[in-house]
Amino acid sequence: MASRIQRVFSELKQQGRKGLVPYITAGDPSPAATVGLMHALVRGGADVIELGVPFSDPMADGPTIQLACERALAHGTGLWDVIDMVAEFRRDDQQTPVVLMGYLNPIETRGIDAFAERAQAAGVDGVLIVDLAVEEADEYLPPLRARGLDCIFLLAPTSSDARIETIARHASGYLYYVSLKGVTGAASLDIVSVTEKLEQIRRHSTLPLAVGFGIRDAASARAVGAVADAVVVGSALVSEIERLQHNAEQLPQVLQDRLTELRAALDQPVV
Amino acid sequence: MSYDLPDTHGHFGRYGGQFVAETLMEPLRQLTEAYESLKNAPAFLAELDRDLRDYVGRPSPLYFAERLTRSWGGAQIWLKREDLNHTGAHKINNTVGQALLAKHLGKTRIIAETGAGQHGVASATIAARLGLKCVVYMGVEDVQRQSPNVYRMKLLGAEVVPVHSGTKTLKDALNEALRDWVSNVDDTFYVIGTVAGPHPYPMLVRDFNAVVGREVLAQSRERFGQLPNALVACVGGGSNAIGLFHPFIEHTEVAMYGVEAGGHGVATHEHAAPLTAGRPGVLHGNRTYVMADDNGQILPTHSISAGLDYPGVGPEHAYLKDIGRVNYTTVTDDEALAAFHELTRSEGIIPALESSHAVAYAKKLAREYGPEQRIVVNLSGRGDKDIFTIAKLEGIELL
Repeated sequence: MASRIQRVFSELKQQGRKGLVPYITAGDPSPAATVGLMHALVRGGADVIELGVPFSDPMADGPTIQLACERALAHGTGLWDVIDMVAEFRRDDQQTPVVLMGYLNPIETRGIDAFAERAQAAGVDGVLIVDLAVEEADEYLPPLRARGLDCIFLLAPTSSDARIETIARHASGYLYYVSLKGVTGAASLDIVSVTEKLEQIRRHSTLPLAVGFGIRDAASARAVGAVADAVVVGSALVSEIERLQHNAEQLPQVLQDRLTELRAALDQPVV
Repeated sequence: MSYDLPDTHGHFGRYGGQFVAETLMEPLRQLTEAYESLKNAPAFLAELDRDLRDYVGRPSPLYFAERLTRSWGGAQIWLKREDLNHTGAHKINNTVGQALLAKHLGKTRIIAETGAGQHGVASATIAARLGLKCVVYMGVEDVQRQSPNVYRMKLLGAEVVPVHSGTKTLKDALNEALRDWVSNVDDTFYVIGTVAGPHPYPMLVRDFNAVVGREVLAQSRERFGQLPNALVACVGGGSNAIGLFHPFIEHTEVAMYGVEAGGHGVATHEHAAPLTAGRPGVLHGNRTYVMADDNGQILPTHSISAGLDYPGVGPEHAYLKDIGRVNYTTVTDDEALAAFHELTRSEGIIPALESSHAVAYAKKLAREYGPEQRIVVNLSGRGDKDIFTIAKLEGIELL
């Protein structure tokens, strides 16, 4: 049976559209806000939601997402809480895939089997563990796969052909290409080198390619959308959450509007 | 026993490995390859040996602490005088080695993290000597606690970047250095200060510090015709300890003690003793013992000594704990402080607060051994950097 993620990407392909993948950190600005924000993202045109699991030491993230983690952790948002949020989201949305994105230690501490079981039961579709290199993944992938969870891996500008090949072999759902050498929220990406690297990756894999890091606005989303299968937007949304953290009632509409803009940019025909 | 770890993927049993984001995997592969090709190359080793002799001042003496031995009334206490190295601690052994690697890799910029500032100073020092640009990340808490070392680094031409994220201490400085590295991998070499981080760092930092243990092996045979009965070293990340222990691992007749920072006492949860009171987890690129809560969030640590104030520990120590080859234990802030004063007054040697933990445990251990037996304590650094902290704790106002 095709996973929810596979279904979404094959529909997008049939329609000739590009996927829009927003990222927010669970528990930011508060645990009570997260499910409402997820629904708002869907209303704005999200195809897949990446939901960040807060971690005390997010070493691949820039300042925006570090602060989001700190806000979420100030409310004590733990891994099980995040999974409960997905379960709550699923009560009203059975269509939109949800990918949990985070670091290994919270999962390792709870145990991969318990995590996979709860994630599946809650309706999680995929898992992206930022600091889990494919070489270390042997003990983690089978339990995740056995529960029908897609294992999303990162590819980077520094990934060699050999690594791309190995990673593509272990990945499912989609591949997440990190558009630049840097952390999340970094300034700018170079569309020419992204295009070249995506061509290189496509020689090794038929999985959909999502591109993230450095996509801040409609223009950069559109440029990347022209060469990728999906664009991931994280820090630009999380900045809005930071800005409105004390006016959280405005956030669903603001995030929805941001997504609508990005959606329109992606759907605009390429001239 | 025969011992040949880590394996080719950097594992010490279950521990170690490479847990980093994809962007760093290729630079780590290149570093591993470069190190493997250089580590036995005669020209590289000759250059390293020359630096260690003429610049660091090696070998460091093995000193018999006669008055301390008499006063403790047990085993003979011998001090490995890493405090006499250039820049005042064992840290320079590693930075000299890594800076040579950086040079061979053609990198023009080095970055480092620092807690107490010793590794930052050692990195800034070697960068000045080799004409490399140097950026040191340091938690804002530590910048305030260790202002003399901040000034030293600046004098040496390094840029010190205060880190405001997380707990604003060493672990956050390490996160920030990793973020810098990921953003500047092409021209930058990350000089990690301890046996943590992703493979190959725990291996190469160990290898560069193992000169300490090799010298102790030779000096023991020369000075007393046999190996010591026990070795004692403090463990934060664990680089001075592994440097002393590693050449002795196969000499199973030598007992080894690693002393973690007990802070206000392990029962209070205000400590920095992951091997004693933590759990296995993944932090900063390797699997090891960490201090974490039930949600896997890394916990704040406490130690009187900034250099031990770290929630993880080198993965090789995690392995040596599990196989029982090294005994890991703790000493509290108060015990370390008492040992600091005792060594200062009885031998005229002012030890670093980190090393004072090892001295404090050696005092307990001395009584378990007879006067014909010998304990070697790694005096990993000198205490000049700590006098301000100690004066403040004791309510004494300095200029």
